[in-house]
Amino acid sequence: MTTRSLTVDGREAPINGERNLLEVIRKANIDLPTFCYHSELSVYGACRLCLVQVEGRGIVASCSTPPEPGMVVYTQTEEVREIRRIAVELLLANHESSCPTCSKSATCQLQNLARRLGVEKVRFKPTHRPQPLDRTTPSLVRDPNKCILCGDCVRMCHEVQGVGAIDFAYRGAAVSVQPAFGKDLNKVECVYCGQCAAVCPTGALTPRSDIADVWKALDDKDTVVVAQIAPAVRVALGEMFGLAPGEVTTGQMVAAMKGMGFDQVYDTSFAADMTVVEEATEFLRRVGSGGKMPQFTSCCPAWVKFAEQYFPDLLGHLSSCRSPQQMLGSVAKETLPLRLNVERRNLCVVSIMPCTAKKFEATRPEFVHDGIRDVDFVLTTQELGRMIEESGLRFRDLPPESLDLPMGFKSGAGVIFGNSGGVTEAVLRYACEKVSGTKLTAPDFHAVRGHKGLREATVTVGDRTLRLAIVHGLKNARLVAEQVRAGRCEYDLVEVMACPGGCIGGAGQPVSGNIDARRLRTQGLYEADKALQLHTSQDNHLVAECYAKHLGEIGGEKAHRLLHTHYHGRRRIDGDGLRVTGDATGAKLRVSVCVGTSCYVRGSQTLLHRLVQEIERRGLREQVDVRATFCFERCDRGPTVTVGDTVIERCTVEAAIEAMERKLAQPTG
Amino acid sequence: MSTVTDAPGAARKFHRVCEILDHHQRQPSRLIPILQAVQEEYRYLPEEVLTFVATALGLSPARVFGVATFYAHFALKPKGKHIVRLCDGTACHVKQSIPILEAIRRRLGLEGTATTTADMLFTVETVSCLGACGLAPVVVIDDKVHGQMTPETAVALVEKIIADEEGRQA
Repeated sequence: MTTRSLTVDGREAPINGERNLLEVIRKANIDLPTFCYHSELSVYGACRLCLVQVEGRGIVASCSTPPEPGMVVYTQTEEVREIRRIAVELLLANHESSCPTCSKSATCQLQNLARRLGVEKVRFKPTHRPQPLDRTTPSLVRDPNKCILCGDCVRMCHEVQGVGAIDFAYRGAAVSVQPAFGKDLNKVECVYCGQCAAVCPTGALTPRSDIADVWKALDDKDTVVVAQIAPAVRVALGEMFGLAPGEVTTGQMVAAMKGMGFDQVYDTSFAADMTVVEEATEFLRRVGSGGKMPQFTSCCPAWVKFAEQYFPDLLGHLSSCRSPQQMLGSVAKETLPLRLNVERRNLCVVSIMPCTAKKFEATRPEFVHDGIRDVDFVLTTQELGRMIEESGLRFRDLPPESLDLPMGFKSGAGVIFGNSGGVTEAVLRYACEKVSGTKLTAPDFHAVRGHKGLREATVTVGDRTLRLAIVHGLKNARLVAEQVRAGRCEYDLVEVMACPGGCIGGAGQPVSGNIDARRLRTQGLYEADKALQLHTSQDNHLVAECYAKHLGEIGGEKAHRLLHTHYHGRRRIDGDGLRVTGDATGAKLRVSVCVGTSCYVRGSQTLLHRLVQEIERRGLREQVDVRATFCFERCDRGPTVTVGDTVIERCTVEAAIEAMERKLAQPTG
Repeated sequence: MSTVTDAPGAARKFHRVCEILDHHQRQPSRLIPILQAVQEEYRYLPEEVLTFVATALGLSPARVFGVATFYAHFALKPKGKHIVRLCDGTACHVKQSIPILEAIRRRLGLEGTATTTADMLFTVETVSCLGACGLAPVVVIDDKVHGQMTPETAVALVEKIIADEEGRQA
């Protein structure tokens, strides 16, 4: 035996830099069960399923034991098997076992491990009281009755996304995972990326389903239902039907959707090509005119909400381009009524997305006109798969059909939008040709490809060297944004996608048992790009035709109205503010001073202090109800104070007092 | 939604929170001492104050809420003016602490899981051990320890406080 190895169940297993015993054991082809272990998250050691017996040490959790040369490890002793079975049995005792009707049923790890470990009976009585479901967000459903307290969601939200919208609360038997103060998810800083649901081993956190509404639209004879399919869906949907991750199934998908009654099936990649020309044009304008640099991409709705909550002062750096989903929705609602001879209100646009945040994006008021949404419903890849299953269509055997024109036509640049680095590469393919005026000989930019959460690249475009950052995981985005805020950022373009690996790793994608799934899906998209004739968005003649017929100039007035949007600061958590003076019942006037982060750094605390002193001095204490509150969503213009219904930006004590006296002088009634 | 009822002192309290935060250099690792000091000021931890503390420390409100709910010492609801703590540790328990608890709760009209009276005069809690097992069963009222209690003597202590409070109002 060499010194760098240990023994697992009597066989030698090498140690090659693995961080813990569990990794060594899994590399030796033994799939030790776990709930709380994810290689991308910190080690928690709570579920006690990865227990092994180590000679001389007794029973230890392999996830939190460093491998040491010469260790003698047994993974399958009678004692270890019994402990694992009891652990699962205890979890099942308090778990709401509504398995046949649970949306996680087919991929539930608790169910799977109960079967694998041979738990045939639960001998313990449940002790938990039923808790209400949280269905307040358009993206996710939280069912506390199915939580097994593995903490995967908590660590994902905190460590990878840097949000921390949910955490453990209370203690002992009362412990539960919940948003701050037990509020609903839509009242806190959740960005709806859904990565909590992607790692949840049970049905405690699941993407919210819109299947019923889509069936209803499909059944309605008066409604014309058109669909758009996001790039990342085509390399993952097949996994629900036994195909390998990365296998492109666009043809079968179109056939299935036509079979279910969709009238037209388009490709979000068409709109991604539009995004490229708009976003690259915006970028070149910024470069040329000395605009706000770097430019951040804006395709990812979770990132947009994140930026609105945490970096309201940097919103000017975000590209004003709508995401491809919303571009397609808006162009569809603008052009299809005439083309398909249908009234706008009878046209229903359904997106198939790898993403739960897209469901939220479609509900944003910016994308609703006259009560009609640009995108009516958003289905995740999982939901589409379930609808196909429900239809009884034999997905793998369906003869492929082609996407509908014009919006089913795309270049490869629009396809690689689905993986981290893809948007950057697509923009570069456009910008390089625009700046140099010559055709690219090789469209691939390998420098921006890769899997790391924060990648940097420099690319020469014309006579200028561009510094690029490609980020996935919002915690990495926070690092870059903080550099920008501190004025230490050297980048020109920053691509941000919230989910690991980009959209291919979205929370709406099929739950994969394959740890290589994300890499394979990415590879699938690059291969799909290669298989297409066109690789640059500017070569998409149907996009050009759409501009000529409907949108006018690239970056022009109409294009701006239909393809661009705006952002606004957003409060992170709901609340009424902290009373500083006055008496709510008797006070005539409510004065609120923002003490949120942005206003705080602009001196709102001192302002508040002086304001209260001034109120005391003038004897107005009984008349004015002063509160410290958290956000008026105008963070770039703080400190913000509201006096009655008047909002004062960049407020001073003098301005606040003046407004207050004016209001108090007005007769009430 | 929790609000601060002690209005005239509210400004002072808010500035005190800012002072507490500054005293601890707004360090997230100082969360627990910060919450202890804030609770000294408000007698409990109002939701808005916790959100403010979280914002100031760069922590998520959910994490601060998690810490505040983990420790029995922290209260998220306003407590009564007088706090009655009944020891239900092993020694007090075998010396019949539960009948004392029941008698006090009955006298104060506390039903179900309620721990604070509607008039906000009393909060009744149990604690696991006060380290005064020689005096079991023990009741602590407003930080004064009373040993070898019976239901009758304990209720008498409560009666006296009620009488004092009524006298103060009259």
